[in-house]
Amino acid sequence: MSTLTQIREIVLMNLRSIPQRMGASLVIVIGIGGVVGVLVAMLSMSAGLDKTLTATGNPDRAIILRGGSNGELASFLDRASSTLIKQDPAIARADDDLPLASGELIVITEVPRRGDTSGANVSLRGVEPKAFILRPEVRLTEGRLFRPGLRELIVGDGAYREFGGLDVGAKLKFRGSYWTVVGRFKTGDAHDSELWADLETAQGAFGRSGVSSVLVRLTSRDAFDSLKKRLTENPQLSVDVQTEREFFSAQSAGTTRIIRWVTTAVTIIMAIGALFGALNTMFSAVSSRTAEIGTLRALGFGSAPVIASVMAEAMALSVLGGLLGAGIAYGVFNGYSVSTLGGNFTQVAFNFAVTPQLVMQGLVWALTIGFIGGLFPAVRAARLPVTQALRG
Amino acid sequence: MIAKYFPLVWGGLMRKKTRTTFTLLALMAAFVLIGLLQAVNSVLSGGAGFLGVNRLITQAKTSFTQPLPMRMLPQIEAVPGVDFVSHSQFFGGVYQDARNFFPQFAVNPQRLYDTYPEWVLPESQRRAFISTQDGAIAGKLLADKYGWKVGDIIPLNSFIWTKTDGSRVWEWRLVGIFDGRDEEWSKRANLMYLNYGQFDEARVAGAKGLAGVFVVSVNDPMQSERIAAQIDRKFENSPDETKSQSEQEFQLGFLKQLGNIGFILNAISGAVFFTILILTGYTMSQAVRERVPELAVLKCLGFTDRTVLGLVLAESLLLCLLGALLGMLMASVISLGIPPEYPITTSPGVWLFAGGAAVFLALAVGLPPALHAMRIRIVDALAGR
Repeated sequence: MSTLTQIREIVLMNLRSIPQRMGASLVIVIGIGGVVGVLVAMLSMSAGLDKTLTATGNPDRAIILRGGSNGELASFLDRASSTLIKQDPAIARADDDLPLASGELIVITEVPRRGDTSGANVSLRGVEPKAFILRPEVRLTEGRLFRPGLRELIVGDGAYREFGGLDVGAKLKFRGSYWTVVGRFKTGDAHDSELWADLETAQGAFGRSGVSSVLVRLTSRDAFDSLKKRLTENPQLSVDVQTEREFFSAQSAGTTRIIRWVTTAVTIIMAIGALFGALNTMFSAVSSRTAEIGTLRALGFGSAPVIASVMAEAMALSVLGGLLGAGIAYGVFNGYSVSTLGGNFTQVAFNFAVTPQLVMQGLVWALTIGFIGGLFPAVRAARLPVTQALRG
Repeated sequence: MIAKYFPLVWGGLMRKKTRTTFTLLALMAAFVLIGLLQAVNSVLSGGAGFLGVNRLITQAKTSFTQPLPMRMLPQIEAVPGVDFVSHSQFFGGVYQDARNFFPQFAVNPQRLYDTYPEWVLPESQRRAFISTQDGAIAGKLLADKYGWKVGDIIPLNSFIWTKTDGSRVWEWRLVGIFDGRDEEWSKRANLMYLNYGQFDEARVAGAKGLAGVFVVSVNDPMQSERIAAQIDRKFENSPDETKSQSEQEFQLGFLKQLGNIGFILNAISGAVFFTILILTGYTMSQAVRERVPELAVLKCLGFTDRTVLGLVLAESLLLCLLGALLGMLMASVISLGIPPEYPITTSPGVWLFAGGAAVFLALAVGLPPALHAMRIRIVDALAGR
């Protein structure tokens, strides 16, 4: 027999005999399933956050902040600057010939999480009427829009799910006055975690005169460079101009990096644990088959097929474990909704997303553990002297 | 009795050294994770409470980012039971490069000394900070890290505060280097205090007179809850409503912002525990199965059924406790590396949890093989049936 045929035969024989070693095999499957499950679950968290934040921002829109500020919260533009910015020719105009631009004010408010008393930071965004034409993705899912001049709010869908007391009709108290929730909106991105109100009402209530940022729709994507050049070179202004997408991807970088770091640390520790489990199992699988391996060697099977058979067993079980883990992670966590600290030091609500890439990543880990866990026992099996092995 | 049987139990574990070592390492990895996750969890789920608290933080009720006006200071000072009040404004400065971020707060020097006696610095430097308008003092850790000496000018680029001339680069003269009065506080000396004098004078007109948050030190820790309530009541229904809480709770608030991750932490801990349960369970049953003839010999020698049960259980307990101990020690070492602002430590509660988990694990994985060992019939076992 050629080595390849030998390998095929012995691997198949070995795989068919796995059910006889059910208990031991289960250890590998569950051990690796645990690692992959945790890995996929945690990565799906950062994938979900990424998805929400990168969905925010349209390349056709640009956001203008005060120069040098690291986010909307730290940015401040006075009324004169905001008016001046809106007159730029690169900004598209609405049917009423007014620029498609919205000066927006961000203030942080504290709203308790559902079932908790301590407050979580939630952004309250004061917007101008054009904000809704600018962002066609905003859909009102319940109630109506706020009326300018009244202390009325609409709440994002994510904020509604995560935080208590945001039902339509509810009243919230900020700075000594009551605000009524009159509607609920959905954008499918980071703005879902915000509360929106009329800009001038918010300015009055929070004692602020300017805006945090100005969001504009460009006449065309190519107009961005000229807008940026004109605004940054204008001596009356000191601003940073970014496309909205660029701005929001930069905002999420920090949080995503932390999640990745923690995930990797947890996965490595778990993988080490599972690796020892796999080693234990495969060593005992080899030792229970000593006589069998000896017989095969005596019949003329080489050491390569023996190694291959042990490795194949370990890796087949690993893949099974990987699939099991990814499956459980998908079942428990996919779509699970949480909120965490995003840019601006405020909450961003998002859903876990178990993507095929993550499952692949989990399987790679599973195979790696299986490979290492199988390698040492396999080499030991191949090295057993035939005479000694035959005695069992 | 323990001394008598210990060699036998130990011998059982050492019978297959590789297997025991691997199982121990797997247990250790599991308990490192369980220890760390539960440490985080206990921080997130535990409210700090008011008991024995001598410092309160009064912030704007809307959000701590909303600065409170300075005019509130005498009103807070007037509350009975309040010893000292200081104010603190987050400066948000970047030193040289955005990666060099450390917290800085604009404060009134004398009021800082009054409310934070934990910081110590030489008398001459204390005075210099009070009398230097553009003065700053830096924690020892920070000064060592950047090689600062007293007298250095430190430029900070604030991403929040603009000066009247439109610039955001503020120059601060380092007049002192402070350290903590004990080891615990020394570990926290990685921040910088700036004199409110230059800060308020140079910032844009619209922002002048804002204090930030107030730090209130109270003379009787048992009264802190009442004092917090009284301060908040004073400003009720004003545009600047306040929220007063213990300093610890204020710190925890930052951590809690990270989100409702308690469920995720528990799910991971559960997965880790289940995995290790299966893994160790297999090892234990394997170990007993291989030893059936030996156990039968023990019974021949006069060991009772219950002693044999006890021996196997003791072996399982020793294995699990040893693994848990190693893992928790490792977790404790790791937690030392966590910045002291986050009180993530393997507290006695976490150790207790890990101990309980280890005992439960030992019983769950030890009992089935132990019962099996107890029921062994000598004749069958010796005959190899």
